Amino acid sequence: MLFTSYGFFGFAGALLLLYYLIPRRHQWKLLLAASYAFYLFSGPATVLYILATTLTVWYTALRIGQNADRQSAWLKEHKAELDREAKKAYRERQKGIRRRWLAACLLLNLGILAVVKYANFAIANVNGLLGLFGQGARLQPVSILLPLGISFYTFQAIGYLVDVYRGSQPAQRSLPRFALFVSYFPLLIQGPISRYGPLSGTLYAEHRFDGAAVSRGLQRVLWGYFKKMVVADRIVAAVGTIIGDVGAYHGAWALVGMVFYTVQLYADFTGGIDITIGLSEAMGITVQENFLRPYFSKSLKEYWRRWHISMCDWFRNYVFYPVSSSPLMQRFAKYSRAHFGGAVGRRLPVYLSSFTVWLATGVWHGASWNFIVWGLLNWAILMLSEELEPLYDRFHARFPAAGGFGYRLFTVGRTFLLICCLNLFDCYVNVGDTLYMLASIPAARNWRILWDGSLLAVGLTGLDYAILAGGTLLMLGVSLAQRRGSVRARIAKRPYAVRFAVWYGLFLLVLLMGAYGIGYDAGQFIYNRF
Amino acid sequence: MEELLHILNELHPDIDFTTQEHLIDDMILDSFDIVTLIAEIGDTFDVTITADKIVPENFNSAKALYALIQEMEDEA
Repeated sequence: MLFTSYGFFGFAGALLLLYYLIPRRHQWKLLLAASYAFYLFSGPATVLYILATTLTVWYTALRIGQNADRQSAWLKEHKAELDREAKKAYRERQKGIRRRWLAACLLLNLGILAVVKYANFAIANVNGLLGLFGQGARLQPVSILLPLGISFYTFQAIGYLVDVYRGSQPAQRSLPRFALFVSYFPLLIQGPISRYGPLSGTLYAEHRFDGAAVSRGLQRVLWGYFKKMVVADRIVAAVGTIIGDVGAYHGAWALVGMVFYTVQLYADFTGGIDITIGLSEAMGITVQENFLRPYFSKSLKEYWRRWHISMCDWFRNYVFYPVSSSPLMQRFAKYSRAHFGGAVGRRLPVYLSSFTVWLATGVWHGASWNFIVWGLLNWAILMLSEELEPLYDRFHARFPAAGGFGYRLFTVGRTFLLICCLNLFDCYVNVGDTLYMLASIPAARNWRILWDGSLLAVGLTGLDYAILAGGTLLMLGVSLAQRRGSVRARIAKRPYAVRFAVWYGLFLLVLLMGAYGIGYDAGQFIYNRF
Repeated sequence: MEELLHILNELHPDIDFTTQEHLIDDMILDSFDIVTLIAEIGDTFDVTITADKIVPENFNSAKALYALIQEMEDEA
């Protein structure tokens, strides 16, 4: 069920109404039923996957939690009769048991994810290798339905399991409650990949109807629909045309395509998350923010602190820190410092851990080489920036005036362009095509397409461009205004007539200017395929 | 504590670590700094800081970090 379908409007409206009509102690149960109904509407054949993850992670976490409780009780009971060494040995033995439970569950769930998402990628690569060695035999691709949101709910469930293993989160005893955490439908499409602690605090709570809170939530939902339907689903027609024909659209077209795609991605992803967070807010549920005006970043490093925040947090907490603090990496750190000296030796383990994270991030985004190259390019640029930092510091010490508005604007523009270039890998879904397109931009001889009317022949009319320009400027204006705090809160303080004009006006804009069904697969969210 | 302050000052000479209490919240220490710190602390104090201990509360100030090191030493 798409967020932009009439079915979803009816579904969400009926849910919201029922949510506040039924006794409050049943609200979370209604959400669970609604989440599974949403899942079944979207693809009944794949519901077994989410059930398998829910059951295995819930049970494993329970076993780990019980083991930790037993350990504490046993140590307390035998406190007097045990010496330090005996206690340590007992703790180690119990930790080993918990580690085995964790490893088995991780293996199973990451295995499921790997098979459904990457089996055909692996088969294609094996076939490629067989072809290289002149083997006639070919493996047949397998036909597996990709369960809705599998990357998101698997990561969310794994995050919870690791938190329980680390002792920072008690295990949830109730299977239905845990099932809601895994399947909560607004998060299924494209996250945010939420942590159990903060989300569960409001997910299972009883929520009294609060007209102002519901209104605030729906305002955000409306803003999300504006971004998605007026901007993203309109510009997709041009993006589809430009990237769909590599032979015809290169040079200046590649530049246009990558800028358009970057605008589309922003409107699509942040719009979808606005709908998710807004709908949750209307039900009294707090979902973590996933963006902090990312296109205002002055460096790639800053960008990754402001874009898809929940995914970056996940990789930092559950991959980067465990890898970098692992005994193996600590041994490498010692070796590195002994052999390469302080400065270089200190950085090598960090860069190696970071490499692992960016490789995993690339693989998570999709089963193809372009995402892996995209991940590793991000890593390479970030590491290069780290290495060049002393040079930047010297530059700023020498030219203190270079910290002004003009320079900041330059760094924002430079970062935006860099992001556009990296997005090309996501756009063309093919490393060769992407590199060809990137190389074609500086060598372009077709700059006239920017003014000779060619832009009107890629699926967009003059009116479309006018709407897109207005929509993009409005998004920019709102982002600028957000730097001084919540825009909705400020609008709420205005007289009734102003509030009515703003929100009713926005509603009309979505209704009249929303793109309905143009382009390819309009309505689907880009991040839903990751 | 002196040894820890020495490690922190080598990482960020411009920061007064005796007074700062929001090293993570104010983004003074980033994830790279934390990983570098863990390796340095491991070398100097002969303790292993595991991933489950890498939470803002343990890294927000030199005092909190020192308390973590002592806790790890006790557990070792």
